[in-house]
Amino acid sequence: MPLRKTKVPMPEQPPEERIRNFREVALGLTPELAREEAERCLQCKNPACEQGCPVNVRIKEFIGKLRQGDLEGAYRTIWATNILPSICGRVCPQEEQCEKYCLMGKKNEPVAIGRLERFLGDWAREQGLRLAEKAPPNGKRVAVVGSGPAGLTCASDLAQKGYEVTVFEALHVPGGVLMYGIPEFRLPKAVVQAEIDGLRALGVEIKTDVVVGKTLTVDDLFADGYQAVFLGTGAGLPNFLGIPGENFCGVYSANEFLTRINLMKGYLFPEYDTPVKCGRRVAVIGAGNVAMDAARCALRLGPEKVYIVYRRTWDEMPARREEIHHAKEEGIEFHLLTAPVEILGDENGWVTGMVCQRMELGEPDASGRRRPVPIPGSEYRLDVDTVIVAIGTTPNPLVSRSTPGLQTTSWGGLIIDEETGMTSRPGVFAGGDSVTGAATVILAMGAGRRAAAGIDRYLSEGGKRA
Amino acid sequence: MFRIRKKRVLTPVTVLFEVEAPLVCRHAQPGQFVIVRLGEKSERIPLTIMDATRDGILSIVIQAVGKSTRELISLNEGDCLADVVGPLGQPCPLRDSGTVAVVGGGFGVAPIIPIARALHERGVRVIAINGARTAELLILEEELQAVSDRYLVSTNDGSKGIKGMVTDVLQMLISEGERLDEVIAIGPMVMMRAVAEVTRPHGIRTLVSLDPIMVDGTGMCGVCRVSVGGQTRFACVDGPIFDAHQVDFDLAVRRGHMYDAEQKLALERYEKCRCSTGGEA
Repeated sequence: MPLRKTKVPMPEQPPEERIRNFREVALGLTPELAREEAERCLQCKNPACEQGCPVNVRIKEFIGKLRQGDLEGAYRTIWATNILPSICGRVCPQEEQCEKYCLMGKKNEPVAIGRLERFLGDWAREQGLRLAEKAPPNGKRVAVVGSGPAGLTCASDLAQKGYEVTVFEALHVPGGVLMYGIPEFRLPKAVVQAEIDGLRALGVEIKTDVVVGKTLTVDDLFADGYQAVFLGTGAGLPNFLGIPGENFCGVYSANEFLTRINLMKGYLFPEYDTPVKCGRRVAVIGAGNVAMDAARCALRLGPEKVYIVYRRTWDEMPARREEIHHAKEEGIEFHLLTAPVEILGDENGWVTGMVCQRMELGEPDASGRRRPVPIPGSEYRLDVDTVIVAIGTTPNPLVSRSTPGLQTTSWGGLIIDEETGMTSRPGVFAGGDSVTGAATVILAMGAGRRAAAGIDRYLSEGGKRA
Repeated sequence: MFRIRKKRVLTPVTVLFEVEAPLVCRHAQPGQFVIVRLGEKSERIPLTIMDATRDGILSIVIQAVGKSTRELISLNEGDCLADVVGPLGQPCPLRDSGTVAVVGGGFGVAPIIPIARALHERGVRVIAINGARTAELLILEEELQAVSDRYLVSTNDGSKGIKGMVTDVLQMLISEGERLDEVIAIGPMVMMRAVAEVTRPHGIRTLVSLDPIMVDGTGMCGVCRVSVGGQTRFACVDGPIFDAHQVDFDLAVRRGHMYDAEQKLALERYEKCRCSTGGEA
């Protein structure tokens, strides 16, 4: 049988159906489909895909085992470097990572590595297979601040080495961006919950409702007997555009809109108490994953139109290809090479429209992407009553401001030693978006793992130097 | 879970809860707030702290406005709140000397008390104004009086104290020749705005505690943005206390009404539900 040129199609909820619910869009491969997709792997001598993975998952090996029907072996192989396969399989930008380097992808579609990873993660969860094992306690205590992907990974690794780990979470549920940011239809909350349950089973204590920097300071944590602190506090502070009209009612940060929906279940108002107001015509500014999530959430609240307004083109969009594809399928309209210049409002302070300006691409900027340049006189009015600003986030300064000796970059990122993850403050480590600014789940995980190793070394050597 | 140790009914719509919240109390300072969540499906509600004791008892005053606050005030001693997180926001800046008028309107009297107490303990002369629509809605009179050097009451209908608004009393003090170094006012937005207009011509520094809509309370969502001196600030992390003469009250009032329709709907549904279950909602 010749190899399939294209990926085995992922079973999905049809667009016309899924835009009326918040259930998961991609339903997951069946064991048969997963085997069929695994057969497409060329089992290269030098698997380039693995170099594309930020945590170097042994892709060739896990696909090989999957092909032989050894699902547990395949899962163990992934798990050795990635403890959150169900999550990463769903949210990693594979086209920029592993799948980008897949040899199959040179001429045909690459192997659907992400989907296979997800398949195995989901399979293991359904089997109740838990690989993490509690080690005998080593008597040392570590505080992990933040329960997003960086914190979860760091806590898990440390618990498996015998550390007594407490995770502090500011919100009322653990999971960080996995809970408040990424919608149910892309990452079911039950998947995240299973990972958190797994962490608890390892003996990790999770304390919600603790805002480190406010409720407790980093110094308090040391005073309370923690010997090291990991800061996985993410990049939670929303950027706004700084254009006139941004404080009109009906202008949201994507963080607010998504938090109301995902964390507070605003789409189930009034059964749930937190409302979310979505008008008839919605503009989402930006084209990253968060923008796609916001646009697709908005769409599910039943407006007439949802627009993505982006100042560059398809090629520069930072969102995962699959999310852009899903957004298009669902009927979201893209206004590309377009930038908002002013938000208009009525006498009661509600949004009535947005003045946009057309752009063209000029020379590449610092990010390597071609810089959008406004076209004079090209302004036009977009009739919208809801505007969602999804142009990025920066690290929340609550911790850095309340921790003497913690150095940050000009934009508030924590400065660390790349190898150990230690900050300028001895015993305080950091990783994930709080260091890099908003990035991906997998990078945060990798950083959490590196910091766990750094903490282990630091505390093994008596807490003097990392 | 955060257990309610004591409940005190202050008015038919206002209760004082003493809640076991040792972590919140560890660093709580006058002017800061907490976010409270009743149960699984509940909203996160910001409430300014009235007191936080060394043995971990947090006092908060809740006024029933919508569904969530009605549900909250119906709780009893021994009941638990799902979440209490804080202290959040910046503490109130406190002077070391001079005379400060603290103005509390309605349930805004509760958060004014710890500020008045802290000022009083520092040796500042504190003039307190406690205002309500009518005598039976006046709250925490003894507590406020205990931490002030001069204590004045106003009711709109004249049923107790001076007939009029807190601003009339403030105006009276100024006309009397009281030299006020600062005014701190907490209460309904309209009251705080009116206070700002009374003190503005006299150049008296005036602080108010804004209570915009919030979700997380940690700077993450930005729904609480207010305009102060032409700059957008997040009340949850930069405030909630701001210079009243710099606050864009029009904007704050408009943003405060953003969810009126939803609030009304939730309340109607709640009342209906209570009726149909004989009050056991």
